[in-house]
Amino acid sequence: MIDEQLAPQKDVGSNHPVLKAVKEAFPELRLSATVFRGQTTLLVSRDALHQVMRFLRDDARCALNFLSDVTAVDYLGYPVEQPGRFAVVYLLASVSLKTRLTVKTYLNPSMDTSGNADDPELIVDTVTDIWPGAEWREREVYDMFGIRFRGHPDMRRILLWHDFPAFPLRKDYPLRGRGEREHYRILKRDAT
Amino acid sequence: MPYSIHPDEGYTVDADAVDYLDDTLVDGGDRWVLNFGPQHPATHTTLRIILQLDGERVVRAIPHCGYLHSGFEKLGEHHDYNQYVCTISRMDYISPIVNDVAWHHAAEVLFGIDLTPRCKVVRTILAELGRIQNHLLCVGAAALDLGAFTGFLYGFNERERIYDILDFLFGQRFHPDGTRVGGMMRDIPDMDVFRTMVRNFIDVRLPKAMKDIETLLNTNRIFIDRVKDVGIISEEEAIAWSLSGPLARASGVKRDLRKDEPYLCYKDNWDGQGAEAVKFDVPIATHGDCLCRYLVRLEELRQSRRIIDQLIDNIPDGPIDSDPEGKTRLPDKGDVYGSIEATIQHFELVMTNRGWDTPVGECYGAIEGPNGELGYYIVADGGRCPWRVAVRPPSFINYQTFPKMFEGHQLADLVAVLGSINVIAAELDR
Repeated sequence: MIDEQLAPQKDVGSNHPVLKAVKEAFPELRLSATVFRGQTTLLVSRDALHQVMRFLRDDARCALNFLSDVTAVDYLGYPVEQPGRFAVVYLLASVSLKTRLTVKTYLNPSMDTSGNADDPELIVDTVTDIWPGAEWREREVYDMFGIRFRGHPDMRRILLWHDFPAFPLRKDYPLRGRGEREHYRILKRDAT
Repeated sequence: MPYSIHPDEGYTVDADAVDYLDDTLVDGGDRWVLNFGPQHPATHTTLRIILQLDGERVVRAIPHCGYLHSGFEKLGEHHDYNQYVCTISRMDYISPIVNDVAWHHAAEVLFGIDLTPRCKVVRTILAELGRIQNHLLCVGAAALDLGAFTGFLYGFNERERIYDILDFLFGQRFHPDGTRVGGMMRDIPDMDVFRTMVRNFIDVRLPKAMKDIETLLNTNRIFIDRVKDVGIISEEEAIAWSLSGPLARASGVKRDLRKDEPYLCYKDNWDGQGAEAVKFDVPIATHGDCLCRYLVRLEELRQSRRIIDQLIDNIPDGPIDSDPEGKTRLPDKGDVYGSIEATIQHFELVMTNRGWDTPVGECYGAIEGPNGELGYYIVADGGRCPWRVAVRPPSFINYQTFPKMFEGHQLADLVAVLGSINVIAAELDR
């Protein structure tokens, strides 16, 4: 019973009610959408992300007032070509209309991705001013992918310690780590 | 900083020199800093909260996560769609079976698989048993944290019956890992035994335990004084802070994925022959304090009981796996040793370079877990393992409102609020 349709369909003229409203409100933006398994994903450029998100929450036709999740994906070596190396994914839902929408924005790193340096290109405007609940999710994205959020009130790592030498969910970070455990300094009680 | 794993060249960890402590929380004047956790009986597992106190009043609280971080999402990229159930089961270990159902619900959304009616009923019963399991612990722990050990044991005792049922079905009482893509690990071994066990639990044991808990707590002056008007979250705040589950419903948010985005037997026409969705009510409270959360959970226990009651005598016959050729799950061991087809099928699934065709795409599947929306965002690349699995852990998202709930309250209210959020550290840190 596995569906024969294996590739995602490009469907710019999808009938998700939100898409029309967004297109009307932002005629100058180049937006596109994909549909897979009945779920609509809106692709927004990084610069326009913040205003589009605010519109999606505030416009009565969209009313996507619930930010379900913020996460990121690393497409290094992904079999289908993507517009960028990283994607930040926002899962939105509407409490009143019971609709869902995924918003995605792509980023490209400007430097080596193996370390834990701050990349000036891997930065997105925060949505914590629209949904305060994004605070910890954005911190986790930073912790795991090194994507920072401009305007975030507390941009620190959340699960790993603050100078962990890599961003572990990037695809160039090996599953078993790079020996952090073996080389970790042991703090002794009687250390001077 | 260039990459280095040698501490001499790079990083130091000095607990006293961590910048955020210096910047925001300083001893001095009338205020002092208290480190709460990570090892403390009231933190349940390993939660650490740094508190700034003014007398006994909490001025500021900063939670620290990560003590149990074990890279579950990274592991998901190296386990196939069936294997990974063993990992995610360890997230919310209070009700592991709900994790199993949630993960394979998301996987089946990705594959576009429609389950058989029998599988849907069994999964719905299991998901509701998981909800009962979770809420029994939570309402008990709410009392435990406030010093009422008896109430905790009333609930905890009955959880043992659910473990017995899972043990009977899957041979493992704590982490059954019972679901597979498009089906279950195995069919119910004996329908009569299963029905008797579940009936005994929902008709005899559960009502008795709930009566005990309610008699002990619902009109208990000490308990009510400790939880009423403590940790209030309004409806607007609950939505803005992405709260879900009983926490949001106690604040008046009308959102339950079982009603809003129905799946399994919560959906009309689930058996393809016009069966109605199971009937249940979603309890909503409006005040948003710890007492409301406790009451909402109690009522959800009753509703879960009602759902199981409708289904347990009407489990349809027929196969439990949606794929009759068993392409997506390991065939039974007896068949593997007895027939060449099953042997081939077994190898096809076990060999790391084989597996079955998977789609290329991204989708999100969520169910209403006991603590809220439990969802998985899966990116599939056509291989045997997902490209990326992102969890939406309700504990993590609910826990970030924790400081907002009790800042300004007394220190002793902290444990009352913590108990009412029901944060599960393994899911928090993953």
